[in-house]
Amino acid sequence: MSEEKKAVPEAVSIDTATIKMLHIAQERGQETIFDRAVKMKQCNIGTEGICCKICSQGPCRLPMTKAIKDGAEPDTRKGLCGASPETIAARNLVRMMAAGCASHSDHGRSVAETFRAMAYGEAKDYTIKDELKLIDTAGYFGVPTTVKEGDEEVPRDKWEIAREIADIALGQWGTQQGQMIYPRRAPQATQDRWVKHGVWPRGIDREVVEIMHRTHMGVDQDYRNLLKQGARCSLGNGWGGSMMATDLQDIMFGTPYPNNGNINLGVLAHNKINIIVHGHDPLLSEMIVAAVHTPDMIEYAKTVGAEGYVVAGMCCTANEILVRHGMPIAGDYLQQELAVVTGAVEAMVVDVQCVMENLANISECYHTKFVTTMPIAKCAIGKNTVHVEFEEHHALDIAKKIVKLAADNYKNRGQVNIPSETNKMVVGFSTEAIKYHLGGTFRGSFVPLNDNIINGRIRGVVGVVGCNNARMEHDRVHIDMIKELIKNDVIVLTTGCSAMACGKAGLLTPEAAAVYAGPGLAEVCETVGIPPVLHMGSCLDNSRILTAATEVVKAGGLGKELADLPAAGAAPGWMSEKAVGIGQYFVTSGVYVMLGVPLPIYGSPKLVEHLEVEMEELYGGKWAYDPDPVSAARKIIDHIDKKRKALGIDTARERVLMDMADRQKLEVA
Amino acid sequence: MSKLVAFAAIQGGYNIVQKAEGKYKAAVEKYGPDQKLEFPNTAYYLPIIYSLLGIPVKTLGDAKKPLEVARALLPAHVKIQNHLPYLGPLLDAGMAAILAEEIVEAIRYVEDPDFYLTAEDPDLEKGKIWLGAAEDTVFRKRGVQFVDGSAPGFAAIVGAAPNPEIAKAIALEYQKRSIYVFMAANQGGTTFSEQLVEAGVAIGWNTRLVPFGPDISAAVFALGFANRAAMAFGGVKPGDYQKMLLYNKERIFAFVNALGEVGAEWAANAAGCVNWGFPTLADTDIPPILPTGVCTYEHVVPNIEYDKMVQRSVEVRGLKTTVSTIDIPVAYGPAFEGERIRKGDMFVEMGGGSKTPTFEWVTSVDMDKVEDGKVEVIGPDLTSVKEGGSMALGIKVEVAGRKFQEDFEPILERQIHHLLNYAQGVMHTGQRDIGMVRISKEAIAKGFKLDHMGVILHGKLHQDFGAVFDKLQVKIYTDTKEVEKLRETCRKVWAARDARVENMTDEGTETYYSCTLCQSFAPNHVCVVSPERTGLCGAYNWMDCKASFEINPTGPNQPIEKGEVMDQKLGIFKGANEFVEKASRQAVNNVCFYSLMNDPMTTCGCCECIAAVLPSCNGVMSVHRDYTGETPIGMKFTTLAGEMGGGAQSPGFVGHAKYNIIQRKFLSGDGGIARIVWLPKSLKEELKDKIDARGKEIGIPDLYDRIADETVGTSEEAILPFLQEKKHPALEMDSILG
Repeated sequence: MSEEKKAVPEAVSIDTATIKMLHIAQERGQETIFDRAVKMKQCNIGTEGICCKICSQGPCRLPMTKAIKDGAEPDTRKGLCGASPETIAARNLVRMMAAGCASHSDHGRSVAETFRAMAYGEAKDYTIKDELKLIDTAGYFGVPTTVKEGDEEVPRDKWEIAREIADIALGQWGTQQGQMIYPRRAPQATQDRWVKHGVWPRGIDREVVEIMHRTHMGVDQDYRNLLKQGARCSLGNGWGGSMMATDLQDIMFGTPYPNNGNINLGVLAHNKINIIVHGHDPLLSEMIVAAVHTPDMIEYAKTVGAEGYVVAGMCCTANEILVRHGMPIAGDYLQQELAVVTGAVEAMVVDVQCVMENLANISECYHTKFVTTMPIAKCAIGKNTVHVEFEEHHALDIAKKIVKLAADNYKNRGQVNIPSETNKMVVGFSTEAIKYHLGGTFRGSFVPLNDNIINGRIRGVVGVVGCNNARMEHDRVHIDMIKELIKNDVIVLTTGCSAMACGKAGLLTPEAAAVYAGPGLAEVCETVGIPPVLHMGSCLDNSRILTAATEVVKAGGLGKELADLPAAGAAPGWMSEKAVGIGQYFVTSGVYVMLGVPLPIYGSPKLVEHLEVEMEELYGGKWAYDPDPVSAARKIIDHIDKKRKALGIDTARERVLMDMADRQKLEVA
Repeated sequence: MSKLVAFAAIQGGYNIVQKAEGKYKAAVEKYGPDQKLEFPNTAYYLPIIYSLLGIPVKTLGDAKKPLEVARALLPAHVKIQNHLPYLGPLLDAGMAAILAEEIVEAIRYVEDPDFYLTAEDPDLEKGKIWLGAAEDTVFRKRGVQFVDGSAPGFAAIVGAAPNPEIAKAIALEYQKRSIYVFMAANQGGTTFSEQLVEAGVAIGWNTRLVPFGPDISAAVFALGFANRAAMAFGGVKPGDYQKMLLYNKERIFAFVNALGEVGAEWAANAAGCVNWGFPTLADTDIPPILPTGVCTYEHVVPNIEYDKMVQRSVEVRGLKTTVSTIDIPVAYGPAFEGERIRKGDMFVEMGGGSKTPTFEWVTSVDMDKVEDGKVEVIGPDLTSVKEGGSMALGIKVEVAGRKFQEDFEPILERQIHHLLNYAQGVMHTGQRDIGMVRISKEAIAKGFKLDHMGVILHGKLHQDFGAVFDKLQVKIYTDTKEVEKLRETCRKVWAARDARVENMTDEGTETYYSCTLCQSFAPNHVCVVSPERTGLCGAYNWMDCKASFEINPTGPNQPIEKGEVMDQKLGIFKGANEFVEKASRQAVNNVCFYSLMNDPMTTCGCCECIAAVLPSCNGVMSVHRDYTGETPIGMKFTTLAGEMGGGAQSPGFVGHAKYNIIQRKFLSGDGGIARIVWLPKSLKEELKDKIDARGKEIGIPDLYDRIADETVGTSEEAILPFLQEKKHPALEMDSILG
C-alpha cells in the first residue's frame, strides 16, 4: 500500500535540496513527513475546532452542515452537556494558546534560571557578554544601574545588577496579582487598551493555569470571556516570557547585529564532523559552539581523521546561533529528516519543540546519533537514540561530551549525499541593530524608517513569521507572499522557519532589493545597505518585532499605539500551538494577523466573527485567513493602505520650507 | 548607488584618522603631551569633541582619547557581495573623520601659529586669507544673527568653482539671501575663497563669506561653529551628542556644496555632516542618496547646475529665504551690512571724517502731504562732487498713516542705519546727527545715485513696517546750510522724544511685551520687556516690542497684561508669570524683573551683558560681550554665557542690556545700581555720563569713581581693598545673599 502513496517531491517543495533528498529517501524506502502528509488525511471536524474531548462523555462532534452554513436551518448544535460550537471551539483554541505560550515561556524560564545561576556564580560557563543590553534590560525592570558613592552617582557592579534582574525576572512567572512588569514597554496607548479591557497579565504561569481551569468541563461557557483570557495569557508570553527570554539571552550570548550566514543542507561538510543542533533553546547549542572551538576538541577531531567540525542548526536553535555567531543553518523544520538522509550527520542534537519523533526512526537507517538533551524532552524509541542530559551548571563539559560522541561516530559514516545547495544571507536584525544601522552611533534611531514610511517610499511593515506546514507546498506560501509584499514596497521582518524559507530563496541578501523590491523600498535598502527582508531571529524573537514596532511608535509621526501603524503580521504556513499564542499576542497588541492555514474555528461562525471582527474593536488588531499567499498579501496591503489613510499619509508629503517663525514654533527636542 | 559612497567614505575615514594619528604622534614627540591645544580666544575647548564626547581637550595629551574614539568608530570596509548594512557604519566613519580633523586643525595652531589670522576679515596685503576658528567675540556677534533670524543658515562650500565668475555668482546669490558661506578645502590647489578674491569680492565675516581654510579639515570650523551655537544659545549640554546633533538638524539650517571632484576624504566629511543633518549638494556626478531620515530631506544630491545651486540647496535643506527686491543698480541684502569702504575705494563721504553736517530723521505728517514713493533730492547732486570728495546729507523720511503713532518714529529712524548699509557699495555708521555715509566708486560706476537711498528706505520700510503706516516719502538734502538748519529742528524733536521715553515707568504701564524671537534657538527662553527693563540683547526696548506687535500681531512680541503685582520690589507680576510659564513650555514659572538673586529672568545666550553676584564684595559685577578678559567671578563672558544660556534660570546671574544698567529698575530688588562694584573699563566709560546722572539721583554723585574695573583687579580679593578705600555703598548694604 505504502508503495502507492508517496509524495511527489517536485510537487511538495520549491526547494531543490529538499526535492533531491526526498528522491533519495524515497529510493531507499525511507518515509518522511512529506509522504505521511499524502497518506494521512486531516480530520475535518478537528480542523474546524468542533470536537470536544475534555470529558469522558465525549468526544462530542458538532459538524457544521451545509444547511446551517446557508442559514436554511437554525444552528442548534450542542454537546452532551449542551456546549455550543462557540464554547467548544473557543475552549480548544485557548488551550492551544495556553500550550503555545507555555512552550515559549517555559523556554524563557529555563533561560531565566540559567541567567540567575550565572548571576550568582553557579554556572561558570555563562557570562555577561553584552553589558549595554544588561543596562537597557535593567531599565525595563526598574533595576538601578548606578549607586551613590558620597555625592556621586557611580556605575553599579554588573553582577549585582544581574542578580537583581534575575530575581525579578524569575519572579514574573509566579506572580499572582497586579501587573506584570514587561508589558509596560509597550506604547502608552496600547497599555491603556489592555487596562481598559482587563487583559494585563498578572503572572505568566497563572494565566496558563487559569486557561486550563476555565476550559475544564463546565467552567467558562462564554466564548468571548474565554478569548479574553487567551488574550491575557498571550500577553504574558509575548510581552513577558518570550521578551524576557530574548533579552536575557542577548545579555548572555550577545545582542545580534547583522552578519553573514549560509543556509541549506549544502552547509554540511564531507570531511568534517557534522553536528546538527535542533530545536529552540540556545542554552546548550551556545555551549556546543563554544566546545568545538576549544583546543582539546579541535585536537580530538584530528584523532578521528576529520578536518574539524560543522555545527549547523535546524529550526530556531539554528536561528539563535546564526544571528549571534553566523553559524550555518542546515535547514528548517520540514528538512530535519532529510538532514539525516544525507548520511553525513554524526549527531542530531535536539533540545525542545518541533523535534519530530520520526528522527528516531530515520536515524536508525544511518549512523546518526539522535541525541536528546533535555529532561523534559526525551524520546522512547530508536536504536540510535541517546539521552545526554543538559544541566546548566556543567554546560561546557556536557557539550564536550556530546561533541566527542559525535566525533567518535564519524568513522561509522556510510554513503554520503550532501546536496550542493547553500545560499548566502545577511541576518541578525535585532531592534538595537536596526536602530544603529539607521543612523550610526550618534544618530541611531527609528526616525529614518518612520520618515520613509511617511513619505511613502516604504508602504508599510509586515512581520512574516512562523512555521512550515507539511500540508502545503514547502516554502512556497512564504516566498509568494513575501515577494508580493516587497514588490509593493512593504518591508518584511521575518523570524523562525519563515526566515529560513527567505534565506533559501535568496531574499535575505542586499542584492535581492534591486531584483524583488518595489522602487521605493529598493531605494531605502540601497541607502541603508539592507536586504528587503530582515531576519530578526528565532520564533521566540517575535518579541523583537514588538519592541521594534514600539520604537517606531515612539519615533513619532505614525500614531500613538501599535494599532495605528501601517503594519501587519502573517504566518502563512503555521502549524504549532506556539504560532497560535504568538498570533494572539500580536492581535492583542493591535496587529492585523493573516494566516495561511485556518485556525480550528470555522465550525463556529460566532467565534469566527469574534476573532475576525469584534477583536479589532477591543484591541485594534484582528485575525484573518486566506490560503492564497498572493491574495493574502493583497489583503495585508489593503489593511496597510487603510492605516496610512487614517494617519493621513496616503498622499505625497509636501516639502516644508522653514522660515524663522516656523522655527520659533518648534517644540523642544 | 549609496554603496559606492559608503565604500569611499569609509576608505576616506581610514585615511583621515590614520593621518591624524601620524600627525598626533609627531606632535607629541616634538612638543610633549603637556603642550596646550586650543583654538585661540574660544571657549568650549575643541568644540566638536567637547560637545559630542564631553571631553575637554586642553593639551595634546588630552587629544589621545578622542582620537581613540575616532579609531574605534571606523567600521569594516564594505564587501562587494552580500555586504552588511552600511548606513550606520558610513556615518560613524564620517564622524571619525571629523573628530580626527578637529585635532589636526588644533595641532596646526601649534605647529604654524600664524597660519590662521585671528580677525574678522582677511589681511590680503599681508597674504593672510585664512581665518580658522571664529574667536568668541566674532562667534557671539554672528551667532546672534543666526538666533534672531537675520542669518537664516550657512552654506559650507568645499572645493572650487570652475572659474572665479561662477564662484562670485554663487557667493552673491547666497549673500542676497543673507546666508553665510563658510569656505574650506581646495580643488587641485584652487580654493573658492581665492577665486572670490580674484573676482574682486570682499571676503570675511563682515560680508558673510568666511574663508576658514584651504584644506578639507577646515570644515570642522563650520561644524564647530554650529555646535558652539547649540551650546551657547540652545543650552545643549556637552556630551549630550544626541541632543546636540538633533538640535543642529532641526534648528541650524546648514548644508554642504561640494564643488569639483569628490574624493574619499570629501565623502567621509560629507558623511560626517549627515550626522548633523547637513546634506551635500554637488556639481559632479556622484551617487545620490535621496531617501530622507537622517537629514530632513535628501542626503546627497548630485549634478546641480551652478545657476541652480543656491535655490536647490535651500530647498533640500528645507529652508525658506527671501531675496530683497529693491530696484537699485547694486546688490542688496544683510550680507553687505558689514562691508567696509576704505578711503581709496570711496567716491564720496558724507559726515564722519569729512565733518560735513548730516541728519537722519523720521517724522509723521498729514496724509495729504505725502506722495507715497516720492524721492526728492534737494540741493546739489553727486555730479557736483569730485571723486573722493564730500558733501552734506540730510535724510528726512515723512510717513503718514491711520495706524501710525508718534512713538514709532524713532523705531523707523533706527532702521536707516542697516537699511542703507545693506546696499553693496554703501557704508553707513552712526545715527541722528552723527551719521556717516560712504559710497564706493564701484557703486557709482554701476549707476548708484543719491535718490537710490530714498528708494531703499521707501521699499524696505514698507516691507518691514508697512502694517503701521500707509504712505512714505523721502527728502534728501545736500545743501550744507539747509542741512544745518534742519538739524536744529531735529535736535529739538530728539530731546523731546528722549524725555518722553525716559519718563515712562514700569509702575505707570499696565502692558509689557514678550519677546520670543530667539525661540528658534532657545525654545524655553522668554524675554519680558517693560519700559524700565529693556530687552537683554539691547536690540528691543519696550517701544520696539510695541511697534513689532502692531506690525505683526501674531509675531514674537506679544502684549502681556502685567496683572496683579505680587511683589513690586522684586518685580513679580502675575500676568507675566502666567505668560512666561506657557511660552517657556513650562520650563519657568516665576520671574523677578528686578532681581538676580531670586528667580532671575533667563537668557538665550545673546544678552549684551551678564551680571553676577560677588559675595565677598556684597555686590554685583557686570561684563559685556566685547570684553574678552577675566572678571572677578573667575569666568570670562563666554564661559558665563555658556553656563547660563539656553533659557535656564540661574540665581546669582542675570543677562541684561548695557542700557539697562542705567535704567532705574536695574536690579532694584537687590539694591539697584549701587550694588555695582565692578564693570569692564570700556563699558564703564561708555556709560559714564549716564552713571553720573544716576549717581546724582540716588545721592551718590561719585558712584562712577567707586566702581572697580580690570585695572583695579580681576578677582574679588583684588578689588575688595579698592572698594573699602572708596567706601563703596554696596559694602554697607544688607547682605546680598539674603
